Amino acid sequence: MTAYTAVVTVRLKRGVLDPEAETTRQALSRLGFELEELRAADRFEIDLDAESEAAAAERAESMAERLLANPTIHDYAVEIENR
Amino acid sequence: MTVAVIQFGGSNCDRDAVRALDAVGVDAERVWHENGLPDDPSGIVLPGGFSYGDYLRAGAMAGRAPIVEAVRDAARKGVPVLGICNGAQVGCEAGLTPGAFTTNASARFQCEHVHLRVENAETPWTRAFEAREVISLPIAHGEGRFEIGEEELATLDDEDRILFRYCDEDGNVTPAANPNGSTGAVAGLCGEDEHVAVLMPHPERATLPELGGTDGQGVLRAFAE
Repeated sequence: MTAYTAVVTVRLKRGVLDPEAETTRQALSRLGFELEELRAADRFEIDLDAESEAAAAERAESMAERLLANPTIHDYAVEIENR
Repeated sequence: MTVAVIQFGGSNCDRDAVRALDAVGVDAERVWHENGLPDDPSGIVLPGGFSYGDYLRAGAMAGRAPIVEAVRDAARKGVPVLGICNGAQVGCEAGLTPGAFTTNASARFQCEHVHLRVENAETPWTRAFEAREVISLPIAHGEGRFEIGEEELATLDDEDRILFRYCDEDGNVTPAANPNGSTGAVAGLCGEDEHVAVLMPHPERATLPELGGTDGQGVLRAFAE
């Protein structure tokens, strides 16, 4: 078994309105920053032990499918790092 | 025969639901989710509130709680299930109904009375109304914007599974009358079976004349049939 950190990033699908991100963008503009768009995402860092990098990725993807992401509105990405 | 109103940690409309059902002559009791579903409930309410503190996403945790499997089984056997507000979020997260409820377009919590147009008056939830009738119910939510893919929305429409749309007092569905930016102005819908439904507005808060409206009675009467 190898110790990994699975990093799961969950973000809204392109085209799905993100009022929180828009509010944040406006607040940055009010502070005088120049910016065009802002997209927010949730990042989960999951420490786990697995037989292989592929097995770790598979488990993390399953976590994203079953709980961390909502397929109606979200896309997700999984990256595996050695821990 | 008793309706089970399922209480999660953070539910806060469970008592209201029991009182409101009582007001329309339906026996109901609160059921703590960890105690499991009672045998043969006559109906199930997933009440409003902030289950699990809305952690991760509103309804995400409760939608995967063990009792939800029992709710799914009961629904399959024909037991009517109604998710209200947070219960609607739970219902969608659990896959009892399609789509998702997410942050209001305004990015604000909205607590107000809205007008709803009855889209299909042939379901248990809407039988008390006429098709195209305009009713008034309160809303109180921060994550009530219904999101669904275009094709899925068209399917819902074709299958007459949309119960209510946000509208103005004359029944016109307009962007101005859509309080949260819901896709298709959808305020309530059915699952694959019409006896499973979710709505963001609160029928249980509109059952007593003293509280400024009784249109919610018609929805809750589904449990009396």
